[in-house]
Amino acid sequence: MSGTFLGMPAFPKAAREAVGDERLRANLRHATHTIRDKRARAVGELEDWEALREAGKQIKDHTLRHLDRYLVQLEEAVTAAGGIVHWACDAAEANRIVADLVKATGETEVVKVKSMATQEIGLNEALEAEGIRAYETDLAELIVQLADDRPSHILVPAIHRNRGEIRDIFHDTMKNWGRPAPEGLTDEPAELAEAARLHLREKFLRAKVAISGANFMVAESGTLVVVESEGNGRMCLTLPETLISVVGVEKVVPTWRDLEVFLQTLPRSSTAERMNPYTSTWTGTIDGDGPTAFHLVLLDNGRTDTLADEVGRQALRCIRCSACLNVCPVYERAGGHAYGSVYPGPIGAILSPQLRGTTSEIDASLPYASSLCGACYDVCPVAIDIPEVLVHLRERVAQGGPAVTRGEKVVLRPARGHAAERAAMRAARWVLGSPGVLRTGQRFAARTRRLHPRTLPGPGRAWSASRDLPSMPAEPFRDWWQRTNGGKGEAQ
Amino acid sequence: MRVALFLTCLNDTLYPDTGKAVVKLLTRLGVDVDFPMAQTCCGQAHYNTGYRHEAEPLALHFADVFTGYDAIVTPSGSCAAMVRELYPRMGERAEAEGRGGTLSAHLAPVVPATYELTEFLVDVLGVTDVGAYYPRTVTYHPTCHGLRSLGLGERPYQLLRAVKGLELVELPGADECCGFGGTFAVKNADVSAAMGADKIRNAESTGAQALCAADNSCLMHLGGTMSRLKVDMRPVHIAEILASTEERSAR
Repeated sequence: MSGTFLGMPAFPKAAREAVGDERLRANLRHATHTIRDKRARAVGELEDWEALREAGKQIKDHTLRHLDRYLVQLEEAVTAAGGIVHWACDAAEANRIVADLVKATGETEVVKVKSMATQEIGLNEALEAEGIRAYETDLAELIVQLADDRPSHILVPAIHRNRGEIRDIFHDTMKNWGRPAPEGLTDEPAELAEAARLHLREKFLRAKVAISGANFMVAESGTLVVVESEGNGRMCLTLPETLISVVGVEKVVPTWRDLEVFLQTLPRSSTAERMNPYTSTWTGTIDGDGPTAFHLVLLDNGRTDTLADEVGRQALRCIRCSACLNVCPVYERAGGHAYGSVYPGPIGAILSPQLRGTTSEIDASLPYASSLCGACYDVCPVAIDIPEVLVHLRERVAQGGPAVTRGEKVVLRPARGHAAERAAMRAARWVLGSPGVLRTGQRFAARTRRLHPRTLPGPGRAWSASRDLPSMPAEPFRDWWQRTNGGKGEAQ
Repeated sequence: MRVALFLTCLNDTLYPDTGKAVVKLLTRLGVDVDFPMAQTCCGQAHYNTGYRHEAEPLALHFADVFTGYDAIVTPSGSCAAMVRELYPRMGERAEAEGRGGTLSAHLAPVVPATYELTEFLVDVLGVTDVGAYYPRTVTYHPTCHGLRSLGLGERPYQLLRAVKGLELVELPGADECCGFGGTFAVKNADVSAAMGADKIRNAESTGAQALCAADNSCLMHLGGTMSRLKVDMRPVHIAEILASTEERSAR
């Protein structure tokens, strides 16, 4: 398995394999049910949860509405504090900036704090191509990297792996990257964690350059914030000489005070903790403490286009807590890889087709990767109405319409393969648009009911492959109503 | 009070017994219920599949048929949610597209008047004991739209607990989706089937003889799954349980 998601098949096909993988389903079922139950308890402890949720939504919406202003304020504050700000419109530009910055230090290896933004742009692969080796230091990211695997969850990238598999990965591959796994390593969590700790420690102490993302950026002070559970992030943020942070433009918040809301909602939603173990904040550079050079790469990569869509822009409120993944019945069965993106689950289904556009097969299939059950909306700490955006994006895929691509207003054509569906929907509207036509159809279906096949042709075959069809009644309701005068002509 | 039955196109075509049960039940409770013959479909399948513009004429037709009634009662949580939650949104979207507020104005009268059956019984008629008799063990699947869009909450359970002879058993993982999701069942058939099978296994573990819900679309998917998995349980709409009486227990 490679580190890239390019060329992924559409969601239904990718999901089919996952649904048939008993071990994967068991891993996912156990993990998601455990975390979703814990989250529900942690959230239930707060009496003002709904108020916090609304506050988070309002802060994010306000910031997004004035994003240009806050980003300029952020840039000024970071610069005043001794940092250097770089603007990247897409993945290629961001990767180029980071690679050049690393090369300028003369180093050929970097340590990394787990970061969705760098995953999104494929930074590790881009650095590899420039002869720079990037070491992931988050335990789950390390597992994924050692296994040459892809992350399948925002918070727990190795959620699809169980302890036994992780033991085997450590035993087989750690030696290729540095300190080997200890002799006789078992699958005990404490032993696995110790093996990772020893393996990583030599990298922390050796590295001169670190790369991170950030959960938040405070515009008023130019401060960046990373919340994490293992302490590896703090090691990366404080020990090296050069720190490069790649952050999506939507991560800015206006003031320190705004963090009060998110530092309550994020840990409870993601790890079901009242407070996350490590909250690191850094503001520019200070002599004699921490990195002497700090670069902030502000990443757009489709975010401004997303912001232009008045229904879809709410996806940019996301604080990457992953509560929607853990509660999603589709994610639970299909696994994260089926979504073909570093953003899996419900949020991935609305974020990826907006950031990347809906032209590829996988991106056009993502808005349909949901039964619209609404559980994701219920748990979202910033109240993103994911079902609403899914339906909105389905419209874009099926019918085309106006959108903004790379800053230009365009009219999208429908994605390929929807012509038959469109015709069927029009026909259905014609039948349903007139009671007379509907009635004729119902009567025909009722009279021919003994001739109906047990399995359906065309797209309907997918239904009858695993479910029996309901039997057709002898008489539709409206005929009964008319025949019996609303039941009055029939003994009750 | 002028009360109309909005049966939904699915029930009209495939589940007329649910419609007959609603009529019997409401009549027994003293409600004179009308069935406007011009009714067709709320447009939910179109809307949720991404055909909002195709759903608009269906919504307009719905409003034409049902405006003027004090209450529009439907035995479908998802269709009630379509009218109450999504019709206003359709109006807002049309307005955002510069098509004025006429759609909103047209749909406005039917939005607050539309009730899911159990809501109508508990909130409008104020009854929880409808005088039903159903001597079987039943487990209740709340369905996503009933649970999350409409917030039916305790209403269906209150109604079922008051049914004579009925033993209500708790469904494990009740708030999880059954996997129907309209066109999702066809577009993502494998995941849908896996969700349905898990729901049926959970229902089976309760030892219930019947799996009850307030939406025949979910029950169509679950019933089809039961039949295929050869599980000895029957899907039953809550209206059919509530309409059953001691003299003539429905099936």
